Amino acid sequence: MSVKIKDFSDVEYVLPGSAACAGCPSTIALRIVGKALGENAIMLMTPSCAVASIGLLPKSCYSLPTLNICFASAGASAGGLSLALDALYEKGRLKGEKPTVFNWVGDGGTYDIGLQGISAAAERNDDFIHFCYNNEAYSNTGVQRSGATPLHAITTTTPLGKEVHRKNVPLLMLEHRIPYVATASLAYPMDLYRKVAKAKSIKGFKYIEIHAPCYPGWKFASSDTVKMSRLAVKSGAWLLWEGEYGRLTLNNPTSLLAKGKMELLPVEEYIKSQGRYAHLMKSPDKKSYLAELEEEVKRGLKFMAGRAELI
Amino acid sequence: MSKPVVYPLSQPANGAGGPTGTWRTERPVLSPEKCTGCLLCWIYCPEGVISKKDRSINYDFCKGCGICAVECPKKAITMVKEGGQ
Ligand SMILES: Cc1ncc(C[n+]2csc(CCOP(=O)(O)OP(=O)(O)O)c2C)c(N)n1
Ligand code: SF4
Ligand code: SF4
Ligand code: SF4
Ligand SMILES: [Mg+2]
Repeated sequence: MSVKIKDFSDVEYVLPGSAACAGCPSTIALRIVGKALGENAIMLMTPSCAVASIGLLPKSCYSLPTLNICFASAGASAGGLSLALDALYEKGRLKGEKPTVFNWVGDGGTYDIGLQGISAAAERNDDFIHFCYNNEAYSNTGVQRSGATPLHAITTTTPLGKEVHRKNVPLLMLEHRIPYVATASLAYPMDLYRKVAKAKSIKGFKYIEIHAPCYPGWKFASSDTVKMSRLAVKSGAWLLWEGEYGRLTLNNPTSLLAKGKMELLPVEEYIKSQGRYAHLMKSPDKKSYLAELEEEVKRGLKFMAGRAELI
Repeated sequence: MSKPVVYPLSQPANGAGGPTGTWRTERPVLSPEKCTGCLLCWIYCPEGVISKKDRSINYDFCKGCGICAVECPKKAITMVKEGGQ
C-alpha cells in the first residue's frame, strides 16, 4: 500500500486553537493518526499533555469521542470498552462496523504507571490500539523523568542527567507476540499513516509508539519538532520497525542504517541543540559521553538487526 | 439564585484553548509563487491551520511555532516578527 500526503483526508480530528504548546508533537501525531483512522473511532486518554490540550469546558479540541480515564487504567479501560461494544453488537443493539477503540497515552502512562494493565491487555489480546506518544518525560506536570527518559538527559527530577538507561517497551510488546506492534516518527508521516491503517485493519491488540520530541521539555526551538524527530531516526537514536506475532521487520531508513547501506548521522548532530544534554556538550568529558551514546546506538541497531533474523 | 449551568460533555470547537493566534511572536507568511503544493506544511502544522487547498493560514489560531517554515522544502514560508505597537 502506498499512500501520498495528498490522499490524506482533510477532515481534522484535532481542531485549531487547542491548549497544547505551539509546535506540540502530540498534536501533529494525532492529526495524522485521526486521518488514518477516520471518524468511526473512540479515543481514551490518561492524564497527560494530550488531556491538558483539550482546552476549557464546554469546548474540546478533539472531534472524536474522547474519554478521560485514570492513569493506571489504559489497558483495562480500552479493553473493557471494546468488550462492551462486542456485547452490544452480539445483542444486536449496535449495527454496522465496530468503531476502532484506541488509547492516546504518554510514555508516563505507558512505560511506568500503566505498564501492567497494558501488558495484561496485550496478553489477553484485547481488541484495541494502544498509542504511546513518547516525549521521554512526564511533560504535563513539569518534565519529570520517566522510564522512557534516555541516559544522561536532564529533567527536573534528574538535574544532573539521568543515570540509568531507558526501558524498551516496544520490544517488550513485540515479545508479547501480539498481532501488530510498530514504532513511528513524525518525520516519516507516510510510514506512520501506513502503520495506523494497518493496525486498524487487524483484530486484537495493537501497539504503536510515536517518538514525540517535546521542545519545552527537551529545550530546543519550537520550530524544530519535526526536524528533531528526523535527526533521531537518522542518528539511530530512534529506530523504525514493525512486528507481527513476534516477527520483526526493520523499516527504512533504520533498515539501511542497520545494513550499513546508509551512514549514521553522529549522535552529536541530534543532541547538540537539545538543552537537556547541554551539560554533556559543555563537559570536559564530552568525547567520552558522546562515545558512550554512539555505543548505545550501535548496540540498539545490532540487537534489532539480529532480532529481525529470528523467524 | 440563578440556575447552575451543567455541561455534561464538552463539544468539539475551534479555540478550545482560547484565541491562540494571540500567542504568536512571529507570523508565518506564504509566498504562493514559490509553493509547489507538496503539502508538507499542511501535514506538519500542529494546529491544522494551513489550508490543504491553497496553503492560506488561519491567523486566528496559528500559534507561530515556525514548523511550517522550517519544513517547507521550497522556503515558501518565512517567519516575520509580529508588529507589537
Ligand atoms: C494517579 C495519578 N498520578 C499522578 C497524576 C499527575 N499527572 C498528570 S499528567 C502527568 C504526567 C503524564 O506523563 P505522560 O504520560 O508521559 O504524558 P505527558 O504529560 O508527557 O504528555 C502526571 C504525573 C495523575 N493525574 N494521576
Ligand atoms: S509540553 Fe511538550 S508534549 Fe506537552 S503540550 Fe507542550 S509540546 Fe506538547
Ligand atoms: S511545504 Fe512549502 S512548497 Fe510545500 S505546500 Fe507548504 S508552502 Fe508549498
Ligand atoms: S507557525 Fe506553526 S501553527 Fe502557524 S501555520 Fe506554521 S506550523 Fe501551523
Ligand atoms: Mg510523556
